[in-house]
Amino acid sequence: MLKAGLRLACPHCTTEVVVVRAPADDVVLTCSESALVGVGSAREETGHPTTGTDGMLLGKRYVDESADLELLCTKAGPGALACDGRVLGIRGAKPLPSSD
Amino acid sequence: MDLNLLLDMAVTGYGDRTAVSAGGDALTYAELGRAADLGARLVRRIGADAVIFVGPSHPAYPAALFASAAAGVPFIPLNYRLGREQLQGLMAAHPKALVVSDEPWIGEDMPERARSLRSYLANLRDDRPSPDKPDVGPLSPGQSDDVAVVLYTSGTSGTPKAALLRHRNLASYVFTTVEFANASDEEAALVTVPTYHIAGLANLVSNLYAGRRIVYLEAFDPQGWLEMIRSEGITQAMVVPTMLARVIRFLDGADARVPTLRTLAYGGSRMPIPVLEEALARFADTDFVNAYGLTETSSTIALLGPDDHRAALTSNEPGARARLGSVGRVIPSVEVEVRDDNGAPTAGQLPGLIFLRGDQVSGEYAGESVLDADGWFPTGDRGWLDDEGYLFIEGRADDTIIRGGENVSPAEIEDVLMAHPAVADAAVVGLSDDEWGQRIAAVVSIDGDGDAVTSDVLREWVRDHLRSSKTPDLVAFWPELPRTATGKLLRRQILEDLSSTLSAENLATS
Repeated sequence: MLKAGLRLACPHCTTEVVVVRAPADDVVLTCSESALVGVGSAREETGHPTTGTDGMLLGKRYVDESADLELLCTKAGPGALACDGRVLGIRGAKPLPSSD
Repeated sequence: MDLNLLLDMAVTGYGDRTAVSAGGDALTYAELGRAADLGARLVRRIGADAVIFVGPSHPAYPAALFASAAAGVPFIPLNYRLGREQLQGLMAAHPKALVVSDEPWIGEDMPERARSLRSYLANLRDDRPSPDKPDVGPLSPGQSDDVAVVLYTSGTSGTPKAALLRHRNLASYVFTTVEFANASDEEAALVTVPTYHIAGLANLVSNLYAGRRIVYLEAFDPQGWLEMIRSEGITQAMVVPTMLARVIRFLDGADARVPTLRTLAYGGSRMPIPVLEEALARFADTDFVNAYGLTETSSTIALLGPDDHRAALTSNEPGARARLGSVGRVIPSVEVEVRDDNGAPTAGQLPGLIFLRGDQVSGEYAGESVLDADGWFPTGDRGWLDDEGYLFIEGRADDTIIRGGENVSPAEIEDVLMAHPAVADAAVVGLSDDEWGQRIAAVVSIDGDGDAVTSDVLREWVRDHLRSSKTPDLVAFWPELPRTATGKLLRRQILEDLSSTLSAENLATS
């Protein structure tokens, strides 16, 4: 089960994310078909076959609305993240006015 | 989810940008990252279990905050305006803390654990190895569930309470309300809110995550503030209502002439409508944002944005116009519920107690959580939601006056009093009374030219605008009302002073 605050990484590229909103049900998260692992786990940077996407961008939030999942990219990487096989989209919500 | 992650992202994303500047001293994001690491090693070397900061806004403030996070110990900013005895009382709860402060007595009492702001920062900029800095090995940085910050709440009604904010509370506030790196190169935020207040802390972390340069103004005065906006090309500023009131008085009807200022945010206490209307006219090209939040909610949970201000100002419909006095709508990542005294949600738009829920809501004090079984936090504030979800705050539930069985909100009467042209400031409190339970007492300060205003004139004014059961039973005139640094009325002190004056008068006449 995912939990808000959980930090995950791609075993094969530099991508790292943190879970901002976790779905109630179990889901499988992948980065260009490699299952994500905990940030502290052993990783081997072999890269990915070309994804044809912009990759994961630092500080962008990625969502899968059907699973109610939201991730924040904390380290950029070339892969493409997917939830149960559905590629995640960048969250395009209207920003809040700056209050600070 | 922790503050370390946030700083790492900023260092990677825009390390060369200036993070913070004050009085000629500045740190880039990359320098702040290094200072956090060195500061964490200092914490480990001296075996400190917390970092206390007692001082005004200074680049040492963010350095100490992120050093605490990197060392996995709480950061505790204390009010540097408190007296020695009070500070010692608060510090006694953290006997192993490293203390960053310019108070001379702290250095005398415990030289090994005290650093001045300047020497602390200079030390965190010097990463040369030295024999008095032995290697402490790998650090264990703060994690999601660790306490990131301890804030002593302002305690307008009694002893200060130690509110705990965990890394996940603060990080989730920033991640869900601020878009990473959204600030352009030229953006700069002028910060005048105190270091020991949630607004000062939230301001720092959100601007850092936005990539905006933070400019600190140590001591606020209206002219210095306006000149700083012009000389630094400030694009964002945040003030508490008392500061804005002083700026308006200083301008005396002239335009503010601050073309770079895009957004002016305000919060911290209730904004008097006449001050806000005057400010909107004097800062005609600036967007206004009202932010409402509490220490225990990691700051902002509701916002009245620029469009809301414009819509309310130009509307002829009373309900829409009244929204200028609301705190806006609750942000998407937080839920709100207004409940009656029995705990049931209020029907329609009736006032009640405000409850909040969300990842940024801590609702936790040293030793106990006050969240209910479903995670709701009782704010202690009373208010109501209008038909479009705008939240109106009546004030602290504890301050509600019960006169002859009727609940009276002091804020409602204070607003009416403040709208009188001769009144500069007003407070309404309840005095114990054998017949009515409580009597309504108003304390007002008068603008210089309002000598002719009498108690009867003001009571008449309230009766005309509200009704007789909300008319103050007595009105006292004071030169000034006591308020906290963020502009909150010190009601307990007002009540005590008023009661003792009245009993002295009674003794004199009996």
